[in-house]
Amino acid sequence: MSIPSQTLTRRSFGKLAAAMTIIGGGAALGGCSAGGGRPSPNTPLCIMAINHVWSQAIRKHMAEFEERIGRRVSMSLLTSDQLANSYNVKLNASATDIDVMMVRALQEQLLFAHNGWLADLTDRVEGDAGYQWADFLKAPRERSVTGRMVLSVPVVTERPVLYYRKDLGAAPATLDELMETALPLADRRGNFFGFVGRGQRSGAVSMWSSFLYSFGGDFTGQGRSAIARPESIAAYEYYGRLLERAGPPGATNMSLEQAMPIFAQGKAAFYVDADAIYTNFLDPKISTVQETVGFAPFPAGPAGARPFNIPSWSLAISAFSLLRDEAWQFVRWASSPEMVKRLQAEGIPGARQSAWSDPATLASFPADLARTMQTQAQIGLGIDRPDVLQVGRARDIVGRPLVAGILGQPVAPVAREADAEFAEFLVRDNRHREG
Amino acid sequence: MAITQTSAPARAPLPGKPRARSFEQANRRLKWAMLAPSLAFVGLMIIFPLVFTLNLGFTDAFGAVNADKDYVGLRNFGDALTDSRRFWPAVQRTVLFTIGAVLLETVLGLALAMLMRKPFRGARWVRTVLIIPLLTTPVAIGILWLLILDPTNGIANHLLASVGILPQEFLGSVSQSLPILMLIDVWQWTPMMTLLLLAGLSTLPAEPEEAAHVDGAGVWQRFRYVVLPMLGPTLATAVVLRSIDALKTFDLLYATKGPGGGSSFEAETLNVYAYGLTFDYQEYGLASAVLVLFTLAIIGVVILLRRRPGRRSA
Repeated sequence: MSIPSQTLTRRSFGKLAAAMTIIGGGAALGGCSAGGGRPSPNTPLCIMAINHVWSQAIRKHMAEFEERIGRRVSMSLLTSDQLANSYNVKLNASATDIDVMMVRALQEQLLFAHNGWLADLTDRVEGDAGYQWADFLKAPRERSVTGRMVLSVPVVTERPVLYYRKDLGAAPATLDELMETALPLADRRGNFFGFVGRGQRSGAVSMWSSFLYSFGGDFTGQGRSAIARPESIAAYEYYGRLLERAGPPGATNMSLEQAMPIFAQGKAAFYVDADAIYTNFLDPKISTVQETVGFAPFPAGPAGARPFNIPSWSLAISAFSLLRDEAWQFVRWASSPEMVKRLQAEGIPGARQSAWSDPATLASFPADLARTMQTQAQIGLGIDRPDVLQVGRARDIVGRPLVAGILGQPVAPVAREADAEFAEFLVRDNRHREG
Repeated sequence: MAITQTSAPARAPLPGKPRARSFEQANRRLKWAMLAPSLAFVGLMIIFPLVFTLNLGFTDAFGAVNADKDYVGLRNFGDALTDSRRFWPAVQRTVLFTIGAVLLETVLGLALAMLMRKPFRGARWVRTVLIIPLLTTPVAIGILWLLILDPTNGIANHLLASVGILPQEFLGSVSQSLPILMLIDVWQWTPMMTLLLLAGLSTLPAEPEEAAHVDGAGVWQRFRYVVLPMLGPTLATAVVLRSIDALKTFDLLYATKGPGGGSSFEAETLNVYAYGLTFDYQEYGLASAVLVLFTLAIIGVVILLRRRPGRRSA
């Protein structure tokens, strides 16, 4: 049996190799300016954003922007984890196919700035009188600056709100009152809870920060760990006791996705979470409390009421973008005084003072929520987590005593152990910052 | 059918025939051209990442992979191997999860395969139903079980309450999480073991079992002394394949317990730990060292499982 042999001449070998190169190269090129060369007029402006009401609302107005710049816009909407991982993968490879980035200024900005991934926007925001940079609320504006450079512009802000059931009584004004009211209402056997809130080690830290501040504690003090100070331990113990005794089972596995439905289903009397999620309780499809839900300011602790007022989502421009001018035009348009007012009137709290001062923008919110948000926007602190490069690791460390409290374990020894670890971590983090 | 073997063509150059010589060269090029895609794939997708990860493991890479970094020798490996807070507990959980899940899957898979060995009415339906968990993505399975086992709104506690049992924390509990995750893995992967072993059983000759039956051997004796030894190679392959997969489990754990395998790291396996070091902490040097150690451990497990009694002397 003989097999007919196929021969390949030098010319056909060359053709085969060229074809393979074209196929391989073609597969690597996407729609955005991924090639690294000069982008063509047909190259779309690429925006990577969180799947959030803000992104969905801005997308509805996108045709207006596309017409203005004469360029197509490609907007990818991802979950926060997917978004963070995409940035890690793409920007580690200096990819040019991201122009505008939606970032969590408090979670990622320091690290991204350290990596050189964000473009400096200082001259653009300060040099443009019509943009009115000073109109942004002080706390979120300050968080946009890293190393004296403006690296992001806040577009969505958040404050904690005490969601409560109006049919069960008035909203407590202090944390002591909250504890006194929530404990007797809890009935685990009857599947009803006095209080519900986030309980995951890392995920709960941001919401718990308002409890910490209101007890007079902090994550750090003069560059050192402050989580084992008496005020901080008291805040850990308070939150742990509240969730352990008045909260639902399995609270340490709860983030927003688990805690919010419990209140929406009418199974909890009180719930502390961000004001941005209020629509979940007014939607009859998912809520049984739309008639009974009330909105109150964060209760006062021994140090008064000290809620956060943070830029939960901001816009930044990738340092590797080949369309930086167009990217800035988008940021300017999406965060302009007019657009912020427009979106706030649709129920998305922005970061501009002019919008907050305009009663028309607050008409879409329930009256008690609008009052609460307005008050907390003025008094809120601009941070809800440790101000470090490695926020993820820091949250894991400072969240451990919180978990111990929720599990009913003694908090003080765990807090002291976490304090030592956090102190060591801060030294390393500072070294990285200086490096 | 008789096969006629022809002698190989002479490799010596053919003097005075340049055309034949160019054919010979072209054939050699064709061979490489055909191999090139596979070689490029293996090089780019397997060898390069492995070498890159190994190299990163010896550096203090932090923040960005392409940022300035220094070589720190074996420091990352030392840090990982002396870390009793996260690394060793993660190793322990990885081993526990793998042994527990694979053991249960093997026993249940074998039992189901033995039951389904003989033809019965509705066998095709049963096999189709068995395949459903295999076809579902682990993330979807994780979310499904998360909803079923939700301590407050899930159906599991609702059912328990109807028979007077107090609500359980399930995946919200530090002590119940890992066993429950093992059971979910068993629920998903037992059908694969069943199908593999069923395929193995269908190739076994019937005569030895019939002979044993004639000699008076009972059902258990026939299974223990006839079927099981003959099924050995299939069983070993199925266990090796499933163990490698179970060691690498990530999606189910991450979908149900989130970063760090839960608030007390109760379901943090080596894979989840390495992922956290990379994407949550951006400690690429240490993460790479952990991944290299993990890869070596998997290779070690495979070698161990492949060393069956009697193979050494063979």
